[in-house]
Amino acid sequence: MVTTVINVFIILLIGTGVLFSAVTALGLVRLPDVYTRTHAASKSATLGVLCVLAGVFLHFWFKEDHFNPQLIIAIAFLFITSPVSGHLIGRASYVAGIKLAEETVRDDLKGVLGPEAKTDEKK
Amino acid sequence: MALQVLLNFFLASVWMFMTESFTPAGFAIGYLVGLLLIVVMRRFFTYRLYTSRIWAVISLFFLFLKELILSSISVFKLVIQPRLNIRPAIFELETELKHDWEITLLSALITLTPGTLVVAISDDQKKLYIHAIDFDDIEDAVQSIKTTFERAIMEVSRP
Repeated sequence: MVTTVINVFIILLIGTGVLFSAVTALGLVRLPDVYTRTHAASKSATLGVLCVLAGVFLHFWFKEDHFNPQLIIAIAFLFITSPVSGHLIGRASYVAGIKLAEETVRDDLKGVLGPEAKTDEKK
Repeated sequence: MALQVLLNFFLASVWMFMTESFTPAGFAIGYLVGLLLIVVMRRFFTYRLYTSRIWAVISLFFLFLKELILSSISVFKLVIQPRLNIRPAIFELETELKHDWEITLLSALITLTPGTLVVAISDDQKKLYIHAIDFDDIEDAVQSIKTTFERAIMEVSRP
């Protein structure tokens, strides 16, 4: 009984992880500009890897009787580093003056950061 | 807060010396007794009990997990639609948080929640510029961030 529940849980976790990784790849292809692609790359991927790692952790813990703390540490490190990388990619592309997608409704950052702000300083 | 934790460890070691049981179980019992003493003596501390702060951290973690799952599903729906009708936007959010670590934590949480990405933080650290993948109403987005993450972080950092 317990093994069945654990099995279902492991399968669910790894399945969701693979699903979210696939959605990340799909988002990278379909989304229009750098910023929206960063959304897909930095977050759905994180959740996908998190689910896969948690599933692997549970499998080795309950099936092989091997408690592996490195997997937990890997999850924590991913959660610390991936938002920073997403933020830096977005910021660097805005500073470099890469244009937003045409669908963009509103841009509060215009004139604060990026090429236009630099020309203002020179004047 | 750190002082209370240190005091609790000290009381636990005193308990271990008094009962001559230098085992993890002895330490655990001593820690619980010390915690009880600290709760009884709480009005002599200038700050609140450290257990309430630990509780605030735990509830922030679960709030984050809930938001992560909910908004992942919404982005999932957005990407697999046959026609992409997304409306990206960059909006600004005024934050009341003061310390560097609070702002870092808030922007990390906002970035990890799918649908929002912190693009820049203003020089005076008062405004966050957030790129939203599909937003309907700025007021709604700002209010939902303010009432969930910012309030939970304030609850952690409150003295």
